[in-house]
Amino acid sequence: MTQQEDREEMALTRATVRKPPQKLSSPSFFNLPIHPGSAISAKDFSAAEVRRILESADALEKENPMRRANRLAKRRVALLFYESSTRTRTSFELAAKALGADTTLVSSLSSSIEKGESLKDTGITLKALGAECIILRSPYSGAPYLLARATGLPVLNAGDGMAEHPSQALLDLRTILQFLGIRSSAVTEKTLRGVTVTICGDILHSRVARSNALLLPQLGAKVMLCGPRELLPEYAAGMGPGIVVERDFEAALRQSKIVMMLRIQAERLAGLQVDLDDYRSRYQASAERIVKHAPKALIMHPGPIIRGLEITAEVADGLQSGIAQQVHNGVPIRMALLERALRGDKARKGGGR
Amino acid sequence: MKALLIRGGRVIDPAGGRDEPRDVLLRDGKIAAIENPGKIKAPDAEVFNAKGLVVAPGLIDIHVHLREPGQGYKETIATGTAAAAAGGFTTVCAMPNTVPVNDAPEITRWMQAPERGASIRVLPIAAATRGSMGEALTDYAALKEAGAIAVTDDGKPILGDAIMLETLRAAAPLGLPVIQHAEDTRLTGGGSMNAGALAFRLGLRGMPVEAESSLVERDIALLRQVRGAHLHVAHLSTRKALDAVRAARKQGLHVTCEVTPHHFALTEERIGLYDTNAKMNPPLRAESDRAAMIEGILDGTVDAIATDHAPHATHEKEQEFERAPNGITGLEIALGLAMQVLHVRHKMPLARVLALLSSRPAEALGLKGLGGLAVGSAANVVVFDPAEKWVFRAAESRSKSKNTPFDGWELQGRVRLTVSEGRIAYRR
Ligand SMILES: [Zn+2]
Repeated sequence: MTQQEDREEMALTRATVRKPPQKLSSPSFFNLPIHPGSAISAKDFSAAEVRRILESADALEKENPMRRANRLAKRRVALLFYESSTRTRTSFELAAKALGADTTLVSSLSSSIEKGESLKDTGITLKALGAECIILRSPYSGAPYLLARATGLPVLNAGDGMAEHPSQALLDLRTILQFLGIRSSAVTEKTLRGVTVTICGDILHSRVARSNALLLPQLGAKVMLCGPRELLPEYAAGMGPGIVVERDFEAALRQSKIVMMLRIQAERLAGLQVDLDDYRSRYQASAERIVKHAPKALIMHPGPIIRGLEITAEVADGLQSGIAQQVHNGVPIRMALLERALRGDKARKGGGR
Repeated sequence: MKALLIRGGRVIDPAGGRDEPRDVLLRDGKIAAIENPGKIKAPDAEVFNAKGLVVAPGLIDIHVHLREPGQGYKETIATGTAAAAAGGFTTVCAMPNTVPVNDAPEITRWMQAPERGASIRVLPIAAATRGSMGEALTDYAALKEAGAIAVTDDGKPILGDAIMLETLRAAAPLGLPVIQHAEDTRLTGGGSMNAGALAFRLGLRGMPVEAESSLVERDIALLRQVRGAHLHVAHLSTRKALDAVRAARKQGLHVTCEVTPHHFALTEERIGLYDTNAKMNPPLRAESDRAAMIEGILDGTVDAIATDHAPHATHEKEQEFERAPNGITGLEIALGLAMQVLHVRHKMPLARVLALLSSRPAEALGLKGLGGLAVGSAANVVVFDPAEKWVFRAAESRSKSKNTPFDGWELQGRVRLTVSEGRIAYRR
C-alpha cells in the first residue's frame, strides 16, 4: 500500500466510524514497500522467477532490434553510480538503450551528485525529474533497499558494498547453463543437482560471491567456497543452504564442474598479512593446476582480472574460459531485468521484493 | 505543592521487602506515610485511586543520552525527561558524550540547572578523561562536587591500560564508580553489527563478541590492582563478558553491570533488511547471547536494567546502514518490556523485576536515598497497571526522536502516574 492510499484509507475510516481525530502516521520508513520489479538480492529469486528472467533474456536477445527498441520506448532510466564501474555500467546502459529507454547517468565521479546530499534525497530528486527505474551502484551494503523505500520505484542493484550483485549472478548462471547445455525453459529447483560450483578467492569482500552463493543453491547446486581464513571466515557457510567451505583448492577443483575465480586486491592481502607468493601457490588458477585437477571445468571470472595473481593468462584466455561469454551475457540479462522492472504490473508474477 | 494520597494500591518496595496493600501519602516532596488501606486521614490531599495498580519506587535508569548540551535537535533534557517520566522513571543518569563533552564542573552544573526544564531528577555522569579522548583525567573531585555520580567515556572505551589504571586509582578514594563501555575498538573497526553468518550474508563488517569480553577481562585484571575501586560494565551484551563478571564477583571484586531491554528482548535478526532502528553499540547479538542475558538477570549477576536511551533524528537514521549512527530510544518501553519478557515469559517475580529498575541500580551506583519507598525519603513513586496490555507507537513518543525497533510492539504493564519529588511528572 502506498503512503497516499494509506492516508486515504485512514481518512475513510474516520469519516464512516466517526472516531475522534487521531494523529496521521505514515508507516515506518523501514516498513515501506519495495517495488516488486526491483532486483536487489539474488535470494529473492525463486527457480520459477529465474526461469522467467532467463527466457525473457533469450527472447530479447533474439528479437529484431527495431521491434525491441519499442519495448521501453522513451521510458526513463537513471543510473546512479557512487563507484566507478565500466563493465556493469556500460552493460546496463546498452541494455536500456536496446529497449528504447532514455538513460541518465548520475555519478559521483562526474560530481553530478550534490555534495553531501543523502541517498534518500537524491532518489526523491531523480523521481521528481521523471525517473521510472533506478540502477544503483553503492559502496554501502543494503543501499538499494533504502533507495527503493524512499522512492517506491523499481531499483536494480548494480552492486552494493560487500553485499550483492544479483545481475552478475544471473548472467553467471546463464553462462553456466549454456556450458552445461541446459535450456532456460528447463530451469527448476533441481536443474543443478549434482553440480558443484567452486568460488575461490576474496570471498569476504565479494558481492559477486554472495549473490552467486545465494542464487545457485536455489536451483540445486552445491556452492564450495574456497580461500584462506583471512578472506573466508568459517561462518561464511552459514549464510544460506547448499554452501560449504573448502580450504584445499585442488580438492575443490576435483569436485567442480564450474570454477569461479575472484579478483584479489594485493593491498587487501598485505593488510591481512597474507603473503602474495603463498597465495599464488595455494589458490592461483594456473594451467598446470587446471589441467591436472579440473580439465573439463568451466573457468569463470567476473572481472576485472588481475592476470598472474588469481588466474594466469593461459587459463583466462584458454579453451575452458567462460570469461568472454560472461561479459556477453550481461546485456541480455540486464535487458530482461529492465523489462521486468518497467513492464505493467499485470505481466509480472511474484518475483523480487 | 498539594499532598497526594495514593489509595488502594499494591505497594511493592523491593529494598524494604514490602509487597502488600497499602495507602501512600506524599507531602512536601517526601513520603509522609505508608499505612494499611483506609487508615491515612488527609482531607487536604488529592486522592489517586490505585485499585488494581502497583505502587513502586520511581524507576532509575543509570544509562541515558539526553543530548544536551549541543544536540537539541535529537533530544533535550526537557523532552528526554518527559519521555522518562512517561516510562515511570524518576531518576536518570545522563552520559557525558554531549557537545561539548561533560568533562567540566560548569557543564555538570548546567545540566542540573532548573532552566533545563527537567521533569524528573537528572544525575550527570562525567567524562573520565578530558574530551573523552582517553589521554588526561578530568578533575574527579570537582566533578563529584558539582553533582557527577560516576565517570565514564561511554561510546569511547578507555583502551590504554595505563590510563584505565589511573582512572580506577583516581576514582576509588572518591567512591566514584568507573563505567566502561567495553569494546576493544581495535577488533570492531568498520563494524556495524554483530560478527557472524548474518553479518557475512548482509555484507556488513562484524563486531565480534571478543571485542567486549576481552576488554571486560582486561578491566577486571586492572581492578585487582586498585584497592577500593569499583568497575561498572555498561550495556553488557555477551555471554563471555557476563561470565567474566560472574567469576570476578565470586572472587569478591567490586564489579557491577547493566543490561539493556533490547539485548534481552531482541537478536541480530531484527536488523532484517538493513533496518537502522536495530543498529546500536553494542550490537544486537545472536540468540545464545540473548539467552545468556536472561540467565544473568534471573540468577542475579545483572545489577540493573538500563536503557542506553540514544535518540537520533529521523534523517540520521534514514541512511545507509553503515552510515547511520548507533543507538535507539528506550525510556518509554523499558518497564513494559521487562514485564513482558521477564515477568510474563520467564516468571520472574514482580518485586525482582522492579528491583532491577530501582533499588539495585541505586545500590550499584551508590545513589543514596533513591530506589526505595522509606517513609521520610523523597517522594519518587511510580504507579502502574501490571496487567494492562498496550501497543507502543513511536509516533506518540514524548522523546524528540522516534528511532526504536519496538514500534508497534505489544507490551504489558503501563504507567499511570509518575511522581518526582512530590510533583506529578506524568499521568494518564
Ligand atoms: Zn555505550
